[in-house]
Amino acid sequence: MQLVLEKRAERSTKIAILSPLLAIALTLVTMSILFAILGKNPVAALIVYFVEPLTDSFTLMEIAVKATPLVMIAIGLSLCYLANVWNIGAEGQFIMGAVCGSFLAVVTNGTDAGPWVLPAMLLMGAAGGALWALIPALCKVKFGANEILTSLMLVYVADLIMDYLVRGPWRDPKGMNFPTTASFDPVATVPTLFETGRIHWGALVALIVVALATVMLGRTIKGFEIRVVGAAPRAARFAGFNSKRLVLFTFAVSGALAGLAGIIEVAGPVGVLQPGISPGYGFTAIIVAFLGRLNPVGILIAGLFLALTFIGGEGAQISMKIPLDLTKVFQGILLFYVLACDSLILYRIRLIASQKKAAQGSIHGTA
Amino acid sequence: MVNPASASSPSARAPLLQAISISKRYGSFLANDSIDLDLYTGEIHALLGENGAGKSTLVKTMYGLIQPSAGQLRFLGEKLELTGPSDARAKGIAMVFQHFSLFDNLTVAENVALGLDGTESFAAMSARLAQMSRDYGLPLDPNREVWRLSVGERQRIEIVRALMQNPKLLILDEPTAVLTPQEADQLFTVLFRLKEEGRALLYISHKLDEVKRLCDTATILRDGKKISTCDPRQETASSLARMMVGAEIGEVKATSARATTVPRLLINDLSLEPDDPHGVYLKGISVEVKGGEILGIAGVAGNGQDELFSALSGERIAPHEDNVIIDGHAAGHLSVTDRRKLGAAFVPEGRLGHGTAPRMKLSENALLTGHAASDMVHHGFVDKPKTLETVDRTTKTFDVRKAKRDPEAASLSGGNLQKFIVGREILREPGVLIVSQPTWGVDAGAAAVIRQALLDLSGRGSAVLVISQDLDELAEIADRIAVMFHGHLSEPIAAADATREKLGLLMGGASAAQAEAGSQKEAVHAIGA
Repeated sequence: MQLVLEKRAERSTKIAILSPLLAIALTLVTMSILFAILGKNPVAALIVYFVEPLTDSFTLMEIAVKATPLVMIAIGLSLCYLANVWNIGAEGQFIMGAVCGSFLAVVTNGTDAGPWVLPAMLLMGAAGGALWALIPALCKVKFGANEILTSLMLVYVADLIMDYLVRGPWRDPKGMNFPTTASFDPVATVPTLFETGRIHWGALVALIVVALATVMLGRTIKGFEIRVVGAAPRAARFAGFNSKRLVLFTFAVSGALAGLAGIIEVAGPVGVLQPGISPGYGFTAIIVAFLGRLNPVGILIAGLFLALTFIGGEGAQISMKIPLDLTKVFQGILLFYVLACDSLILYRIRLIASQKKAAQGSIHGTA
Repeated sequence: MVNPASASSPSARAPLLQAISISKRYGSFLANDSIDLDLYTGEIHALLGENGAGKSTLVKTMYGLIQPSAGQLRFLGEKLELTGPSDARAKGIAMVFQHFSLFDNLTVAENVALGLDGTESFAAMSARLAQMSRDYGLPLDPNREVWRLSVGERQRIEIVRALMQNPKLLILDEPTAVLTPQEADQLFTVLFRLKEEGRALLYISHKLDEVKRLCDTATILRDGKKISTCDPRQETASSLARMMVGAEIGEVKATSARATTVPRLLINDLSLEPDDPHGVYLKGISVEVKGGEILGIAGVAGNGQDELFSALSGERIAPHEDNVIIDGHAAGHLSVTDRRKLGAAFVPEGRLGHGTAPRMKLSENALLTGHAASDMVHHGFVDKPKTLETVDRTTKTFDVRKAKRDPEAASLSGGNLQKFIVGREILREPGVLIVSQPTWGVDAGAAAVIRQALLDLSGRGSAVLVISQDLDELAEIADRIAVMFHGHLSEPIAAADATREKLGLLMGGASAAQAEAGSQKEAVHAIGA
């Protein structure tokens, strides 16, 4: 008996769609085993995780709130990954976007500044994320530094900058020494969509980003350039595309989207700048990007699914005392299975009984 | 199956190696279909066939790299099961591959040591290597790093490495593809000697004149099937070609009396450092190509052709803007896109990954070079119907065979993909076309279509520069031929005066004057039928 990976002649589009579903199924099986080891009833746990959040309008809206930053960041990351550029530091770009945008909210706090504040904050957030992302991009282009390492390390730098600001110069004087800025004024806040619930206009921004990315990747020469540089770099150079400029472009766009997501998050659901504004959105978005096949619509669906795991994880912690960290384990296992199942797009698995028999079979069986 | 040689073959002796009804299947594709082959000691056996006929699959089976789907091998009458090349080597079967497997940064001796089983000391092995290379007239310095050696010298390493195992059967996969005619002659001397020593040789080639000159028996494969085993000396080149191709190949014809006009491509004193450490330095290359003319650039691979192509296409920027002049515009500093806008078009050597993105559709690959100088893009948006229309026009004009209207590039056969790539550029009616190895690894029918298209394009007044290792191809289509050696380009000579000997000497580094004198002396050694 022998397991053989055999290369397919053309990539299988069927498997490309099935692969994430297969990965999810395998993840659920693995999670059930983990729940059982923890002494919990796997079926009950899975219901708390994946079904209960869908039965309540409040948690449904919370899913949308969580999916908003995930989708926006993942769209940016997908542009990088399609171009074979590895931005792992979206978490840092998210934080720097939040910090740069919050600057305006902090300095105008308590003044009678007009409605220009929020749009200006969004612009500054996007610019802050883009500039933060351009650091690893420039290091890669100029010195050949590995962007995976530099972008990842800058996450911790961004985190500490924010920490310093909210404990130092930007700390709320009336905040009982808690490390947080003052609550943002109404002109510096993203309005909610409905009277109740926290779902806000940022969700619509995320949908617009999905639509724009779909058009760009499918219809424009820039989208074509991104795909060619990633899929066949030598052919891209022959086509006249400049891969260095594209590194800068994809990093800047993904940084801007992460930064925009960051400022929308603090100016929306959170309402202040404080440590812990992100439960790891920048990292989870990597999983969203791959689970969504680096395709904008796929990312929208994957973003909603991973948002569900955040909400379900909270529910499971409350009602079943399952540690919240298990959500991160779940997300890690999911990425592992997605990448593993993706090899089936280009390869097929064959079980071969024994060499001679298989040879006979393949001649007489398929001739 | 007709087998005219069976009566005259040395049937008194038992074959050294027998392949009996070997089949190899990849998915639904049958690469080898019940092939029989008998190899005898003291005989050079040719394996003839076009690219994709199944030659490599068959010899890899004999060398243990591939397990057959059906059939068996017999060695001296006993059943032989090979699980890997080491089994083959243990039986005395050695192979010299077309693509060398050498480590550039290691010395000759180190490379040879890596391929042996390592029972003797390194010093003893080095001494034996030096001795053996001298004995066979394949001089090699064991202590030189491989990257310093010419392609011909690298091949010597592979041959000596194989000989050090004292093989009973030596398999050579297209050994002359990378050699100058003179180097090929030297190789043949060695091969004759190996035959005299009582070894069996299996010689893979698609060069008919070589096979007629060298081999005692020839087996011809086509589409994975054995067509015939015959005595090549009893056949004509055209009868062998018919068996190989299965049809008559039309000759390509130039349109009568092409009028050459002003120079449309000028290369002025182009010198360029290589961008990778083992690349070739281009040194003062100057040449002009007139409208209505095809200039051929011959040379052994790795003498700067790739670097020249990148410098002309704009994938690398020249030091001075007037190093490259396209239709009167200084283009040395221009990007690929801007050069295309001047009316230049380029066909690189690599079909997959360079000329096309393999996993993208043909329409997207039409956009790959078409976005620069056509109406496929409006305000940044791609006009998809236009790209599909280019695919359809190319398909029709150049007879590109494919399974559906717009498949992935990688799913096309080599010949059809090459027709698509060349067609994609020619349909834009470029004023200057630069093409590298236009018919490398392409079946004879597609090669004829491509060569005819190049002739027709130059007939319409374009300047065409063809970089090729195939001297027959250049003789067929070029008006003048220049030779690249170590980054230098020789003065072009008129194709009519360019004998194989003269070109061969230039390819080996002789100056034009030496080549002229040498070719008269060496004319007696002329290769060919």
